[in-house]
Amino acid sequence: MSEAAVLNRVRPGFYLDSVALMRHSQAVAALPGVETAAMMIGSESNKGIMEDAGLLADEGRGAEPNDLIIAVRAESAETGEAALTEAEALLDRPAAAGGEAGAWNPKSLETALETLAGANLALISVPGEFAADEARKALAKGLHVMIFSDNVTIEDERALKEEARRRGLLVMGPDCGTAIIGGVPLAFANEVPRGAIGLVSASGTGLQEVSCLIARGGKGVSHGIGVGGRDLGDKVGGLMTLMAIDALDADARTKHIVVISKPPSDAVAKTVLARVAESPKTFTICFLGLDTIDLPENAVLAPTLEAAAAEALGNPLSELSPDEEAKAAEKAKGMDVGRRWIRALFAGGTMCAETQVIFRAAGQNILSNVPIPGALPLGDAIAGHSAIDLGADEYTVGRPHPMIEPAVRNDELEVALAEPDAAVILLDMVIGHGAHADPAGDLADVLKGAKSGGPVVIASVTGTEDDPQVYSEQIVKLRMAGVMVAPSNARATALALAIVGHLA
Amino acid sequence: MDVNEFLESDVRVVNIGLESFARELGERGVPTVHVVWAPRAANARIRDLLAKLGS
Amino acid sequence: MRERIEKANQQALERMFAAEPVLVDVRPAGEAMAGLEDRMVLHAGPPIAWERMCGPLRGAIAGAAVFEGWADDLEAAADLAASGAIAFHPNHHFDAVGPMTGITTRSMPVMVVENRTFGNRAYCTLNEGLGKVMRFGGNDTEVLDRLRWLADALGPALAKALAVAGGLPLKGIVARGLSMGDEMHQRNVACTSLFLREISPALARAAGDPKSLASVLEFIADNDQFFLNIAMALGKAITDPVRGIEGSTIVTAMSRNGTDFGIRVSGTGDDWFTAPVEMPNGLYFPGYTEEDANPDMGDSTIVETVGLGGFAMAAAPAVAGFVGAGSAADAANYTHTMYEITAGRNPDWTLPSLDFAGAPTGIDIRKVLETGIAPTINTGIAHREPGVGQVGAGIVKAPMACFVRALEAFAAAMGVT
Repeated sequence: MSEAAVLNRVRPGFYLDSVALMRHSQAVAALPGVETAAMMIGSESNKGIMEDAGLLADEGRGAEPNDLIIAVRAESAETGEAALTEAEALLDRPAAAGGEAGAWNPKSLETALETLAGANLALISVPGEFAADEARKALAKGLHVMIFSDNVTIEDERALKEEARRRGLLVMGPDCGTAIIGGVPLAFANEVPRGAIGLVSASGTGLQEVSCLIARGGKGVSHGIGVGGRDLGDKVGGLMTLMAIDALDADARTKHIVVISKPPSDAVAKTVLARVAESPKTFTICFLGLDTIDLPENAVLAPTLEAAAAEALGNPLSELSPDEEAKAAEKAKGMDVGRRWIRALFAGGTMCAETQVIFRAAGQNILSNVPIPGALPLGDAIAGHSAIDLGADEYTVGRPHPMIEPAVRNDELEVALAEPDAAVILLDMVIGHGAHADPAGDLADVLKGAKSGGPVVIASVTGTEDDPQVYSEQIVKLRMAGVMVAPSNARATALALAIVGHLA
Repeated sequence: MDVNEFLESDVRVVNIGLESFARELGERGVPTVHVVWAPRAANARIRDLLAKLGS
Repeated sequence: MRERIEKANQQALERMFAAEPVLVDVRPAGEAMAGLEDRMVLHAGPPIAWERMCGPLRGAIAGAAVFEGWADDLEAAADLAASGAIAFHPNHHFDAVGPMTGITTRSMPVMVVENRTFGNRAYCTLNEGLGKVMRFGGNDTEVLDRLRWLADALGPALAKALAVAGGLPLKGIVARGLSMGDEMHQRNVACTSLFLREISPALARAAGDPKSLASVLEFIADNDQFFLNIAMALGKAITDPVRGIEGSTIVTAMSRNGTDFGIRVSGTGDDWFTAPVEMPNGLYFPGYTEEDANPDMGDSTIVETVGLGGFAMAAAPAVAGFVGAGSAADAANYTHTMYEITAGRNPDWTLPSLDFAGAPTGIDIRKVLETGIAPTINTGIAHREPGVGQVGAGIVKAPMACFVRALEAFAAAMGVT
């Protein structure tokens, strides 16, 4: 490691979409003698990410947003150079062009609008630095906007949303991974039946988990409007949350509205709840982790995603079944002495937060790379339960998000499986559009190689029967692989806590 | 169209960025047009002039 | 500001679409073109001094000097040109255009295309055919002899025929050519055939003897690209009335001299915005490679300026094959892409393979810079040594730097900083 060579090469004026770049990065990283590799366009944020990952050399530092940086860390300068050359060869290979040779696509929004009459939504997933510009143009053309991109400045976000409000248009996001509009799942979303429950969510995976729990609970969703993780922050002040509530309020199909976010500031909470109070409809408010707040009469509070879904469904909040309790006790009994920690490895960031909320409520300490208030930041020095969000930047430099490609998580999973004091490994399996084609099958392959007598693996699946991966088929694969399957992330967390509770 | 009209309409998507989104939406029968996007070659000064000249 | 520019551009488009170009005459350039004097050579592209000219351009100038009798041989001609005794000007400054080197001198016959809507006239020399020709820098006896025949036989024969016919309207020929696989830059076989069909009866009526008639018919029939020069004069006749519309960002000329690529924009009048030419990308005739190629050259880009050539590639799948793209869909994609940078669609010139969509017309420099898409130009490729001739054909991009400079000047003209 100490002799590793970090090499960069810069290609001026070269652009490829980030998914394609990540595919190439993976191929280069897999070359012999290469520790890690990344290909990213030279925006400031990307350079920061690569710097943090120890992948940036002087050449890359000088790159501009129109340039592509190819970076490798290799065991020697020689293997590094060879990898760079291979990387360039990959870039130069003619693209398969989506399998449709000769298919034409417009290069500007104007031409796109001539091509598709009546377009009403721009789905924007360009690098963050450029996303606001594209969004502004789309708004000017009267389109509603969903910004999948992250790294949009908060000032731009505020300005875009103010502009959108003036025009009576929605801006979903930035960093909005999920939306369901009129029954159509967009970006990372699930096939849920249409129904009377409207969702407004600052979190993509939160929207996925709640909409899937609603679907599996036998009800449906009118619309799921993602507003982006910062919408309820002080700087944006809930601009889109308020517009989304207005829209769902006026929407005849919607009878009940669920609002999902991490806890906002008092001021924003007040504004939002004041708007809720004006509505003739009933609300479930899930400010994740918050279990007391003054609510208007037409609203109830749900501290977890599972609780939010249960409220929306009109079901009592479920507890572990006697059967599950018994299983937990049995698992604990068979476990080697010394195993005591829960290793929660998440693809979904909000599931990671929900698990921490449940730990906190149970009086258990937990370490996380994205700690909620009350949880501890992850550090090598402290032993304890841990919850890792593998979608965080430090894990996804030049690599696909774990929801798309489980490789990132599998690395950590292998470590946890080999850890002598790991008692439970807790996982979320997010399926649906945009997600990996078979995460359960992939997990089964990893577990096949695990030694017996290792930690118990518990998973929940965020998905529905109508998703391309099929919820029940994923469950069967998990069970066949010896995984304990829980009906929600919250129940999976409770089950994990029950097991370690029996160990004491 | 206003938000409620939008929610009542069929979604028709202009996809700007990741091609996989367009492909996937298209396969599901959602009317989608994919924009082949790349960062502008023009520098900041030219972008500024373009904005002022109403482009 | 936006509305002002849109309005000006709309006016530019209207003028282009309203044009009625008619081939009315063929006459010696010195008679037809005002100001074209002795010891004056017109060339393709923006202005350029002898010192910066590429090999083929110098070779062609030397040949023209011998042809005009200003020098006895090529060596003396080159010395004369270098001495400053010959004045060089762009064709564009004389309402003219010329392919590749684009050499025009007094004694050369030029076709006269009149835009009957606006009354302006545009000029272009006659196409010399393939092989060793002056437009590719050729200058030997064979080349000069052919030029003499063009001046003495073909030019007068065509002039008489056009007089008999009362002029030949060109817009319809182009429209039909587009539906027959021509894009009027790289491929002119349909339009040449249509032209020959239209002019033959008049040629026969005006001809003196069958033998000279036969040689005229044979020359045109043997040259698939004969119509290119007519299309160029037509392009020039269409774009000239578009010059100098205040507030218009529409390109009125694109042209190359083998060293510089230059564009003119309506709203900035007759100023040239130049940048170094790029190398064409294409296929080479057997025995030649890109090592042999001269950088991009010629006024023929006037056809792209009016929506033909690379802009109308969808009409000519056969040409797409020539430039490395194989399928009809690839050809259509070139045209689709040009819609991104143009202000309108020609209502008369439609493209059958695109459901009769109009050819993309009126390059807007703002759109070029906004999208980063450079105009696509179909072009022949000359050998870098004078006298060898054409070695291939392909496509070339107009350099972005021209458009950057044009926009800066345009903004200044509009008082925008």
